[in-house]
Amino acid sequence: MYQVLKEVGLDLERANQIAGFHTNNKQKIGVPFAAVFLINFLDVCYQEKELNQRLKRLYPAVNEQETPLPRSWSPKDKFSYIGLSQNNLRVHYKGHGKTPKDAASVRATHPIPAACGVYYFEVKIISKGRDGYMGIGLSAQGVNMNRLPGWDKHSYGYHGDDGHSFCSSGTGQPYGPTFTTGDVIGCCVNLINNTCFYTKNGHSLGIAFTDLPPNLYPTVGLQTPGEVVDANFGQHPFVFDIEDYMREWRTKIQAQIDRFPIGEREGEWQAMIQKMVASYLVHHSYCATAEAFAKSTDQAVHEELASIKNRQKIQKLVLSGRMGEAIETTQQLYPSLLERNQDLLFMLKVRQFIEMVNGTDSEVRCLGGRSPKSQDSYPGSPRLFNSPVHKASSSQTYQTEQNNAEVEMELDHFSNGVSESSSNGFLNGSSTHGIDLEECDGDMVDSAQSKRQLCGGSQAAIERMIQFGRELQSMSEHLRRERGKNSANKKMLKDAFSLLAYSDPWSSPVGYQLDSIQREPVCSTLNSAILETHNLPKQPPLALSVGQAAQCLSLMARTGSGSCAFASVDDYLH
Amino acid sequence: MACIEILFRISDKFTATSRHYVDRLFDPDPQNVLQGVIDMKNAVIGNNKQKANLIVLGAVPRLLYLLQQSSSSLELRTECAVVLGSLAMGTENNIKSLVDCHIIPALLQGLLCSDLIFIEACLRCLRTIFISPVTPVQLLYTDPTVIPHIMSLLSRSQHTQEYITQIFAHCCKTPEHQMVLFNHGAIQNIAPLLISPSYKVRMQALKCFSVLAYENAQVSMTLVNVLVDGEQLSQVFARMMQRDKPIEMQLTAAKCLTYMCRAGAIRTDDNCIILKTLPCLVRMCSKERLLEERVEGAETLAFLMEPDIELQRIASVTDHLVSMLADYFKYPSSVSAITDIKRLSKLRHTRDFCNQLDHDLKHAHELRQAAFKLYASLGSNDEDIRKKITETENMMDRIVSGLSESSIKVRLAAVRCLHSLSRSVQQLRTSFHDHAVWKPLMKLLQNAPDEVLVMASSTLCNLLLEFSPSKEPILESGVIELLCSLTQSDSPALRVNGIWALMNMAFQADQKVKVEIVRALGTEQLFRLLSDPDTNVLMKTLGLLRNLLSTRPHIDQIMSSHGKQIMQAVTLILEGEHSIEVKEQTLCILANIADGNTAKELIMTNDDMLQKIKYYMGHSNVKLQLAATFCISNLIWNEEDGSQERQDKLREMGFVDILHKLTQASDPSLCDRAKTAMQQYLA
Repeated sequence: MYQVLKEVGLDLERANQIAGFHTNNKQKIGVPFAAVFLINFLDVCYQEKELNQRLKRLYPAVNEQETPLPRSWSPKDKFSYIGLSQNNLRVHYKGHGKTPKDAASVRATHPIPAACGVYYFEVKIISKGRDGYMGIGLSAQGVNMNRLPGWDKHSYGYHGDDGHSFCSSGTGQPYGPTFTTGDVIGCCVNLINNTCFYTKNGHSLGIAFTDLPPNLYPTVGLQTPGEVVDANFGQHPFVFDIEDYMREWRTKIQAQIDRFPIGEREGEWQAMIQKMVASYLVHHSYCATAEAFAKSTDQAVHEELASIKNRQKIQKLVLSGRMGEAIETTQQLYPSLLERNQDLLFMLKVRQFIEMVNGTDSEVRCLGGRSPKSQDSYPGSPRLFNSPVHKASSSQTYQTEQNNAEVEMELDHFSNGVSESSSNGFLNGSSTHGIDLEECDGDMVDSAQSKRQLCGGSQAAIERMIQFGRELQSMSEHLRRERGKNSANKKMLKDAFSLLAYSDPWSSPVGYQLDSIQREPVCSTLNSAILETHNLPKQPPLALSVGQAAQCLSLMARTGSGSCAFASVDDYLH
Repeated sequence: MACIEILFRISDKFTATSRHYVDRLFDPDPQNVLQGVIDMKNAVIGNNKQKANLIVLGAVPRLLYLLQQSSSSLELRTECAVVLGSLAMGTENNIKSLVDCHIIPALLQGLLCSDLIFIEACLRCLRTIFISPVTPVQLLYTDPTVIPHIMSLLSRSQHTQEYITQIFAHCCKTPEHQMVLFNHGAIQNIAPLLISPSYKVRMQALKCFSVLAYENAQVSMTLVNVLVDGEQLSQVFARMMQRDKPIEMQLTAAKCLTYMCRAGAIRTDDNCIILKTLPCLVRMCSKERLLEERVEGAETLAFLMEPDIELQRIASVTDHLVSMLADYFKYPSSVSAITDIKRLSKLRHTRDFCNQLDHDLKHAHELRQAAFKLYASLGSNDEDIRKKITETENMMDRIVSGLSESSIKVRLAAVRCLHSLSRSVQQLRTSFHDHAVWKPLMKLLQNAPDEVLVMASSTLCNLLLEFSPSKEPILESGVIELLCSLTQSDSPALRVNGIWALMNMAFQADQKVKVEIVRALGTEQLFRLLSDPDTNVLMKTLGLLRNLLSTRPHIDQIMSSHGKQIMQAVTLILEGEHSIEVKEQTLCILANIADGNTAKELIMTNDDMLQKIKYYMGHSNVKLQLAATFCISNLIWNEEDGSQERQDKLREMGFVDILHKLTQASDPSLCDRAKTAMQQYLA
């Protein structure tokens, strides 16, 4: 069964929860029912997976941590005459249904986030009951639930018996056709121009409401016995082609951005962009490119070339997993930096430990056996650096766990880390400074990808790694004594040590640490620290402005500007 | 005065330089000629005056000569084609002059060359000429070898693809053109271009398919089976209707699918019609679209749903279409305002402004006629939709004023709309009467081209229905003469409508009206219509006769004056080769005659007729048996004078036996009818 669940892609905790519920029932009602329950249960799993996928696709700009999407009706936010079933998706009327005073509504669990841009849900009329006095629409939190949607302030509805629309008023306006058993009614909220239109069986009925307030909840109301409706918040494909409608708005918003006037300042504009590009290249120490670019655009570089090259060298080492050498070089070139910044040093060392497990750190590689053939196979590094390209998505998921402000910058850094090797790789070879970089490039590829033995498979290396781990442990204790508890450091160390708990660390739950992509945040932190000591900005202006754009978008989402949905920064970073 | 002088000097100077350019075309040194053509090319770009001068000075024949000469270098020939193409880009007059110089055959000839650059230059020029409205498209088809050759050039380059598809899209105007292109493999050759990387090529290819498929079942049926890159063509078109695609592309793709659907190649309940094409066309009618797009959108939508009530129902609730169309009448705000502005602006001699206004006025007409067409189509079947339309703001007033607009297109569309709405009993009783639509309608009938007349008279038929309150005022306006004259028309549709209207008018009418109809029509014309080659005309004429011959006094009166001819006509039809419906209608007339007091005798004394009735009582078709039995039943009815004699005579002739047999008939109504008749004998 867990096999099935894995295929379904459900997280185990959730599965246990549902499965537990299921076994309880089995005891009471016997095996055939258990089978039915199992099928239902799997159904729910599939549905949930489909729901997640569809919501992700429809509303990529929504941050569900901050503003969760509606996924079902709320059992807490309804009038007592409303009954819910089928995972709170089915609504039925259980009142007397004698007068309009018996009307009852239910709201969805969450309001519609503005970052949807365009939001859509559908309701299928399972039965029109006695009179079919059903209303489908939207309402704000706190609106009386003993009413049909549309009758009160901040409440909007389309009613089945007369086809009228009710815009915060007890009297309706002729709007669309009536609807009844078997019909599928859709409600679309456009959060860009704050309008709403309905659909019936996949056909748009035209604008029903304008000037809608923010934070409305999907709402349905029923009024006579026998009325039953099912909601589809994305559990199933929609009858109406909402994605086509969204395409239109995406195009509109993007055209608006493209046509945005930069006015009289065209010259300044260009100079500013050139400055940003130049500073970006310097920051990431693409020295040859930076030099050439500065020359051709007639700009001054605010850092000495040698300094750039030093940083470049250190970054190269980190990115190729040779942490020991990286730490050594840093200490050599910037003697006081790591001494003053013990947390940074600790982080570098933890990374070094991980690279030892990986078999890539120079200390263990010199102990391990290497094939002589691969020794000369320079240049091997571009291949190594190229490989993460295919894993772009995995790196993104990791980064979303980080705090918001850094997301875009790291993403950005990542993509540049890739191009770096191809454009600037030759510089390493021509470097005249102490350490010979190309020494072991060849089998780094091997050890990372094909062999995958602990510390490269050498016993001596394993011993060195264990010893290093002890040193690390004592450093951690020392740090704690000196500077107090640091939960980040603690977790870092714990995760790193956890690698040893598995026979195959690469495929273990903590195996992600071994991925070369994880070197990039380390690399960027170290680079920023070096730059800070030179009184240079921690982040290049380009990354800052990209980050600012991303921040603006999330701010727009919070303040209810729906157009942020169709202006993802990613779309403009090719 | 000085001003004018300067003007003259300038134009003199122009002519002088132009002459210089032309002179250089005659230089003995080919190198100088080439340089001359190149200089000419640079001089004419964007300069209409220069273009006109060069044409007047005879540059075209010389350029054509150089282009056709095989001794000319390829470079020279290419440059000649480029200059000619540039000249064609000017005014319509330029195009006319070029066509008069036989440029088309010369360029088509040029396509036989193997050099791609030269071919492209020729095609570009041909394209410019053929897309002009002044060029007769027939010139593309004069030489039968041209189309296959052009078709073969489609594979040469993206440019040849763009120009050729554009030429085809503009030159396919008749079913013959469609078939020529179809037979030379247009579909197979152009289909792959729908996924060309060039937008222009994709767009022109799409336009080709829209003109090829229009009202052409063979093309449409072929299109549905075409695969482009493994995908069905209807799917490719559906993708082109996505809402982020350019409007032009969405609209043209919707046209293609509409035409394929109307030609029967795609079902009307297919999702790509119901969920894609229809909503796309409704979107084209929205205020956000350009005027041209709104016109085309509305016309195409009207065409798409004309025969299908389900599509009409869906469209009527989609995106407030009915009220959206009302906006079509709000452009420009008023016609009189425009003419006022025009008068004012003429005083100021701002010609461009005037042209703009003419343009707007034309659009105003186009918009109105498109809206009327779409309303007509929407309301052609469903009563609720008709109600919705007539309840739209000022709708009836708009139709009434549309009926007397200057533009014939608008008048025709307005009367179509009125006709569609006139199918509603409720509207006939209410809004039609309230707005006295019969008045402008009658006016329209006085003097109109046939297509308007057909629609108008058809509408009149509905207005003359017995329950229509407009019937009385129309009668008083002397419509009978007009309708009688319609029955003499050459057009079968007009004859049907004329006689149909008379038939409706005669239904349960006063004796006076009936007499007036018979008088105005004349028996001679009546009998001519009874031998009309068109069955519809015959049926309606019989219907008219039947309506005339109802209620006893009317029957006797008409039969006493026209009995002989009517009996003759009846005999003729019963003896002739006619459909069951015609014969049934005729027997019903006979039954009506048999209901008269004196008219009965015309049958009783006609043994031949009685034999015919007897024959039809034993016919294999129940309807005919029923009508014939009804006739006999009327003849032997008890309460009337002389019923005993008639009963006796008919018994002698063996009718009782037949009736007796019919009481055993399996058809219940025939059985009943026979029993009722038998009772007359028993009483």
